[in-house]
Amino acid sequence: MPDAIHLKTPLKDSDIAGLKIGDRVLIHGIIYTARDAAHKRLVELIDQGKELPFDIRGQIIYYVGPSPARPGRPIGSCGPTTSSRMDVYTPKLLARGLKATIGKGHRSEVVIEAMKQHKAVYFAATGGAAALLARTVRKADIIAYQDLGAEAVMRLEVKDFPAVVANDIYGNDLFKEGIVKYQRG
Amino acid sequence: MATRTRISASEIAEKISYLCMDANFNLNEDVLDALRDSYEAEGSPVAKEVFAELLENAKIARECQMPLCQDTGVAVVFVELGEHVEIADGHLCDAIHEGVRKGYKEGFLRKSIVKDPINRINTGDNTPAIIYTEIIPGSRVKITFMAKGGGCENMSRIAMLTPADGREGIINFVVETVKIAKANPCPPIIVGVGIGGTFDYAAYLAKKSLLKSLGSKHVNSDTAALEQEMLERINNLGIGAQGLGGWITALSVHVERYPCHIASLPVAVNIECHAHRVKTVVLGV
Repeated sequence: MPDAIHLKTPLKDSDIAGLKIGDRVLIHGIIYTARDAAHKRLVELIDQGKELPFDIRGQIIYYVGPSPARPGRPIGSCGPTTSSRMDVYTPKLLARGLKATIGKGHRSEVVIEAMKQHKAVYFAATGGAAALLARTVRKADIIAYQDLGAEAVMRLEVKDFPAVVANDIYGNDLFKEGIVKYQRG
Repeated sequence: MATRTRISASEIAEKISYLCMDANFNLNEDVLDALRDSYEAEGSPVAKEVFAELLENAKIARECQMPLCQDTGVAVVFVELGEHVEIADGHLCDAIHEGVRKGYKEGFLRKSIVKDPINRINTGDNTPAIIYTEIIPGSRVKITFMAKGGGCENMSRIAMLTPADGREGIINFVVETVKIAKANPCPPIIVGVGIGGTFDYAAYLAKKSLLKSLGSKHVNSDTAALEQEMLERINNLGIGAQGLGGWITALSVHVERYPCHIASLPVAVNIECHAHRVKTVVLGV
């Protein structure tokens, strides 16, 4: 991919300060998966003042519920799910040091404000490009909530995971600005 | 009396199982053509990259026999059953459910169905399927399988408009539905519209219209014009691929109309994502 910005996890503030909406990125390193049910549990732990199952500081959470892996493959198809369902939980995770989330679709004003406050970004991955995204996953290990099946928390090792910056740390929103730019009539 | 054609339930199950995998791994040529055309036509560089990814994704899915999308959907099955067909050694619906069970297991497809909409315990095998059966003349069975994703299904809507709302009211409701959906149904989308009938029949028509090949025009020129006008107005919204802004929000709009009550104007909009997974098989003579 031409002009893509390479990012290595865990992310530092200096890694994301320069990111602008519309920038293409390729992510390398460890990312964690979590969707609806796992978020509910993670935020319950935070509310109870307990430790999370992984050190969230500087990390990226990917909203995904993969299809089952074929034998010999690390993971099945694994495209993003709709991020807005996680909006209610995200600010508390950002306050704990989460630096980025990956999903599809727009975020709420509350989440955009929390990203500004805690200097975090949101990446949009292509919904439905699940076989292509699976190819970037080198290794996948369930680290928590195995009972949730496809919704368990996994630690993924990714190489060249493609995404686009949809919200930067300055409060800009590609979903709003992109649509305004291309609407007609 | 015409001779009965016997088709075995196990053959139906076997074919359904194959269709589940075929649909989830191999994107149809009409969708690929629409994605290629969109890649060429799109003015937004961000959206253009999305089209490039979707074409590459389809290639990988085919080569590796992997699902195009991790949401391998609810199994929606349309059956046209010839009136001279006899299902041997079993029942039609049981055979369909059995085929779905087998296809989703053997294809490593995600099981996304819960037993109850409130208690929400996964059935573990992606059954039951949603089945529509139509009795037709003849001795053949035509089975069409559709893997329908949750994200796009969730953004579908129905309205009981008044006759006074007319053509313009219908178009406004369809365009408004896409506008509200924004990025959630994974644009570029395919829009199925059912107009007329009853509350339930309009929704059925909307879903059934999605089975038509992309880019095909309705045989009725008035309906074809309606499809074209809706497509233009949807694409003027600027939502674009993945909602990131662009000229192409919908690949195709399909409209079906049906007679209705003098007091009614039902309009249903069924939204389908770009991972449009539909496959058909015909059995019998």
